[in-house]
Amino acid sequence: MDDRGRSTGRRADRLFSFASQGAGVTVLVLVTLVCVFLVSQAIPALARNEASFLTSREWTVGGDAPRFGILELLWTTTAASVIAMLVAVPVGVCVALFITEYAPQWLRRPAGNLVDLLAAVPSIVYGLWGLIVFRPIVRPIEDWLSSRLSWLPIFEPTGITGGTIFFIGFVLAIMILPIVTAISREVFAQTPTTHKEGALALGATKWEMIHTAVLPFGKPGVISAAMLALGRALGETIAVTFIVSTLAVGSDWTWSLFNGGETFASRIANNAAEFDSPQKTGAFIAAGLVLFILTFVVNAIARVVIERRKAFTE
Amino acid sequence: MTATSASRAGAELSGPFSFASRTAYHVEAADVATEEPPKLTRGSAIRRVKDVVAKVVMWAAFGLALIPLAWILYTVVSNGVELLLASTWWTNSQRNINATDAGGGAVHAIQGTLIQAGVTGAISVPVGVFTAIYLVEYGRGRLARAISFMVDILSGVPSIVAALFVYAVWVTTLGFQRVGFAVCLALVLLMIPVVVRSTEEMLKLVPNELREASYALGVPKWITITKVVLPTAFSGIVTGVLLGLARVMGETAPLLILGPYTKNIATNLFDGYMPTLPTMINQDRTELGIDTAVDRMWASALTLILLVLLLNLIGRLLARRSGVRH
Repeated sequence: MDDRGRSTGRRADRLFSFASQGAGVTVLVLVTLVCVFLVSQAIPALARNEASFLTSREWTVGGDAPRFGILELLWTTTAASVIAMLVAVPVGVCVALFITEYAPQWLRRPAGNLVDLLAAVPSIVYGLWGLIVFRPIVRPIEDWLSSRLSWLPIFEPTGITGGTIFFIGFVLAIMILPIVTAISREVFAQTPTTHKEGALALGATKWEMIHTAVLPFGKPGVISAAMLALGRALGETIAVTFIVSTLAVGSDWTWSLFNGGETFASRIANNAAEFDSPQKTGAFIAAGLVLFILTFVVNAIARVVIERRKAFTE
Repeated sequence: MTATSASRAGAELSGPFSFASRTAYHVEAADVATEEPPKLTRGSAIRRVKDVVAKVVMWAAFGLALIPLAWILYTVVSNGVELLLASTWWTNSQRNINATDAGGGAVHAIQGTLIQAGVTGAISVPVGVFTAIYLVEYGRGRLARAISFMVDILSGVPSIVAALFVYAVWVTTLGFQRVGFAVCLALVLLMIPVVVRSTEEMLKLVPNELREASYALGVPKWITITKVVLPTAFSGIVTGVLLGLARVMGETAPLLILGPYTKNIATNLFDGYMPTLPTMINQDRTELGIDTAVDRMWASALTLILLVLLLNLIGRLLARRSGVRH
């Protein structure tokens, strides 16, 4: 190899290394920009806000004296997402156990693909289906619960006939089920065969084997799956936007799950037409920023759990 | 015989994993000196019942998970297939078709969706793949950890937040109009983490021996990566890209904020509104009282599902044919 060849090789090498580092730095800069822009646009709007941002339920973003707060958005978003998680995690874990432990060998791959198909359905389709087909099915269940358990504050009847928090939670549960299943399936499949065989050799039934070997091993994975799914549920936009029922201005506060109310994402999406002044846009961006922080915290918890598990297994 | 049944009862009482009861059995057995070996028990009734209940619950959970899938697909197909079979659906736009007119075409929206997905892919694939190459092949130390962390954050960003960010930059700060390209920018933010993570997984699966063999032959690092590592992981990377594209095509939130709908064919990313399938669905959704609009809405939903499923299917077939070739 002559000198020229060697030097071009080196230069190309440096260029390639530079390009890949550049791409990485681009991602870093992008995320930083997202934070910087959201914060910088939100601050002026927040400064002019005359109501308490965290504890107010008002939402008047225009005019000289804007008053807006996120209390209602925060409640609806978290309540619906938590319902979704409470429904989706047990079912998702059972489906994952079915696919890894119970299904006959020939069924495992198709069963996994079928559940993954749920993730391939665009969320706008969930919105349509929820609004038109699923809603009439859930109505009677809500009526039954609110007539029998109306003494519980969360089941108090409200007279809302459109999308309630309870209903949004169920639609979200279906949407996050494939995430829970996919991650749980992966960790359950990694259970050391020696653990499982050991349990069986000691006379455990299949369920006892799962209970003593598979579930304890997969627990951190399931927790992080639940957190990632919660993050997805918190930020879900279009399906929720289709089914929420907006509350009348000045309606009474209630803890009932059968109340309507908007989530962060649906409030922003529903009012996209209002983004005509920096003041108004800033208010919505402030709401978006809170949503960003919420999902960030939830995702960070999931990451920490996963990292700790790695530290244990290695 | 009495000793056998007593010790069996003992084993059942003290649970499935008790060594103590087994040992006790052997001691007693030696004393009594029965000639028969101990019989294998199948466990107590309650344990067997629990086992069966667990099995039933697992099968039921799987059945439960399939109900919404079958139900959604049935709803969309049965309501939407009729319009899809008409040839005008694939050749015409919605130009001059009012909500009360039946049918029309979706070609404008299909075009818009495909163009935006294509441009999004063209931007996010190079950035995503190079980032993954950096993280796997070059990255050490603090910078690599920071980038990896940022990718994690990005993958958790809700689509509506990504759209707000692009709105804040593109419209509020730079003063541009809401055009197709702005939608692409928001979608790029959502697609990059998918591409980075799937590519990273694939690159990590490439055996180190291949790299070492290549270095031993005096091949420079960048040629090793482009000629040895990337081809080995190629089909896996393509799968990740296709799944990412499938996710991006179904996203609606950025379109609501950045990409208003129009009924005409529009292919210019930088000028005027650009119709897409999700916004077309959204348009007809506002006329839920009109049957023709509802039919059209289901038909466009079916079209969107078919597009997304097609990409998913191709991606999965590629993934099955070869993860990483050894």
